[in-house]
Amino acid sequence: MNWKQSFSTSIGKKLQMSLTGLFLILFLIVHCYINAQVFYNDGGVRFNEAAHFMGTNFVIRTVELGLFAFLILHIVQGLLLWAKNRARRTVKYAVSAGNKTSPWYSRSMALLGTLILLFLVVHLSKFWGPNRLSMTTGHGELPLYKMMYDEFQITWVLIVYLLGVFALAWHLLHGFYSAFQTLGLGTHKYKGIIKGIGVAFSIIVPLIFALMPIAFYMHWLCGPVADCVK
Amino acid sequence: MQHYNMNLTLKVWKQKNSKAKGAFETYKVSGISSEMSFLEMFDVLNEQLVAEGKEPIAFDHDCREGICGMCSMYINGRAHGPWHQTTTCQLHMREYKDGDTIVVEPWRANSFPVIKDLVVDRGAFDRIIAAGGYISVNTGNAQDANSLPIDKQKADESFAAATCIGCGACVAACPNTSAMLFVSAKVSHLALLPQGDPERKTRATNMIHQMDTEGFGSCTNIGACEAECPKGISLENIARLNREYIGAVFSGSAEG
Repeated sequence: MNWKQSFSTSIGKKLQMSLTGLFLILFLIVHCYINAQVFYNDGGVRFNEAAHFMGTNFVIRTVELGLFAFLILHIVQGLLLWAKNRARRTVKYAVSAGNKTSPWYSRSMALLGTLILLFLVVHLSKFWGPNRLSMTTGHGELPLYKMMYDEFQITWVLIVYLLGVFALAWHLLHGFYSAFQTLGLGTHKYKGIIKGIGVAFSIIVPLIFALMPIAFYMHWLCGPVADCVK
Repeated sequence: MQHYNMNLTLKVWKQKNSKAKGAFETYKVSGISSEMSFLEMFDVLNEQLVAEGKEPIAFDHDCREGICGMCSMYINGRAHGPWHQTTTCQLHMREYKDGDTIVVEPWRANSFPVIKDLVVDRGAFDRIIAAGGYISVNTGNAQDANSLPIDKQKADESFAAATCIGCGACVAACPNTSAMLFVSAKVSHLALLPQGDPERKTRATNMIHQMDTEGFGSCTNIGACEAECPKGISLENIARLNREYIGAVFSGSAEG
């Protein structure tokens, strides 16, 4: 089989989902680490430094292109697989097993993924989009910490972010383990460890993401440097 | 357990042939013993239908001792009914109470077309086996079994995979109609043994190619197959099949 054929069989497509998914998991770790700088509560000094590095470093900007390519592949392939799989049972069961034979979130990856995608549209249009636009049009970087502080005072933005992170947690709960199972690592020896780390990851990372908008909304974190009187 | 009799309402899928549009039909059966098997309850119903001059319900069955894999019935939303690691013939009526309503459907997957009522065509599994689920053996005297030492652990794992009876419950239970548990069991039981080793790469790729050609869905690691398998075939076999596939197509050899 050539490369194209190797990735086109049903297992090949699983591998596409697994490998892009693992890349997105790595991205989440970096994203979470950078954002967690706000918890220094220094008026966004450290956060803005980190954001500046991520936004201007050549290597990071190149990897960013790969991130979007993998993200789009993950979304398109995932939705195509969902549609094809659904079409393979034309006559549906009158009575289904429901949660007796499998967890709901494992069966709802396409739905959870779509919710995350909708969240991403809002999220990118609030921060990444305007910032890159400003940079490419020669207006320089935007004050991201101030933007976060302002945006997360709005109740509906907070709710959208919490829902997005909630969907992400359930998506990860299946996706983390599933990615490794597809790579053939779901063996007797490793399955327990992978599932354990997967559960921890699916709780900790979304929780840190959720804490940011909550902290700004609840005024646990101070505003940009000028207002941040220590 | 105390013996008792029960009256039941059955909603059974009736379909004239693979082209026809099926529908549920409701039947009443009475005096069913708690000691009957689920299939014996169907025998009673069919005798009743014959006596009334009606057409009996077509359903698959053969050994009635849980090893042939024929008795494909989707009972109240569960492949082979609610009991763990049980085929329909081994499901007993003591599971049910007087007055219960039971919905019985065929395996539903486009790759398993309904032949009639509850009987489905599982020929797709035969074609997957024909694509590589065997070893090529030269003719002549069989060599002495002890001349091929096999690690006990591997022999046990291979045997556990070989207990797959090809019933299709994995496909029936899978929300994606994936046949990965079946194919992984068939690939595993040969891949673990020295006899299966020479052809392992072509076996994995050919069987997966045939599985895709038959139109089975893609596995998304949901796990409903493992939960419903009457022989307890583990998802670890699917992990092994994934490794076999990766080893076959990414090793750079011409075989893959």
